[in-house]
Amino acid sequence: MLSINEILCKGCGYCIKYCPKTILEMGSERNKNGHFYPHMTDADKCISCAMCATICPEGAIEITEKEEA
Amino acid sequence: MAVYKRPDTLKKTPSGFCPGCMHSLATKLIAEVVEEMGQHKNCVHIVPVGCSTLNLVYWNGDVLGAAHGRAPAVATGFKRSNPDRLVFAYQGDGDCAAIGLAEIMNAANRGENFTVIFFNNQTYGMTGGQMAPTTLIGQKTTTTRYGRDPETTGYPLKMCELLATLEAPAFIARYALNTPKGCREAKKAIRKGFDIQMAGKGFSFIELLGNCPTNWGLTPLQTLDYMESNTIPYFVPGVYKDKFKDGVK
Repeated sequence: MLSINEILCKGCGYCIKYCPKTILEMGSERNKNGHFYPHMTDADKCISCAMCATICPEGAIEITEKEEA
Repeated sequence: MAVYKRPDTLKKTPSGFCPGCMHSLATKLIAEVVEEMGQHKNCVHIVPVGCSTLNLVYWNGDVLGAAHGRAPAVATGFKRSNPDRLVFAYQGDGDCAAIGLAEIMNAANRGENFTVIFFNNQTYGMTGGQMAPTTLIGQKTTTTRYGRDPETTGYPLKMCELLATLEAPAFIARYALNTPKGCREAKKAIRKGFDIQMAGKGFSFIELLGNCPTNWGLTPLQTLDYMESNTIPYFVPGVYKDKFKDGVK
């Protein structure tokens, strides 16, 4: 599962470009520093590949393994 | 279980770098390697002048400030008096390739036992986007307003190729940070450099190709394509010297 730390995010959009499942998109809300930040459109499609977390300059994305239902 | 966790070697606040700047990406990769090696308490980050100075307040560990370009000289002194510490200098291209060219060449030529991580974004970022020795031909900066002209300003300096002509350095490599693949290769190269240092085998130099969205006048996403079509064809990524191809033992 993917979690985005919105306070650290600066809205560069690298994670959106490199998501292989294209489930990240830029939100319309700003964080307290004035930057837009992305959110996940479909959490079930996330494969925890960590492409987004690897390219995130600020380390704002953390990935944990999905819990078995 | 965590698949990917932000390194604790970075402070829990946002970095001082501009949005999309790969300085913070490079710093994050170094922090990940330091944590993987369990060297967080033992590591010393030599911080010279430039945008890299922002790591003074971003790096959650020991940092040592150096004068402009003199990080390899400071690292030499520190490493010789503290041979068990993991010492690395993190230099920008104005700092390493222009002002500190004498220090880096001589430290490399002596084969000093530390690592230099060279962040090449082809401009002087902090002072307002002036031409650096690594600025590409035709690239517009505040001091080359019609693009860099080799007739008057020469050609972009290739640091890896230059240092690879020396006998002493143990490991020299260059990678670009504009893709996740490049980031992972860069991380491997940093790990190898640090392993060589901790085994006492000599000087390692890792060049990381990055961007400067603010001074290039592009959005962060546009800089990724710019790097792919302009920077990477000139500064070709790869390993330029490796005395330990079969691993460090």
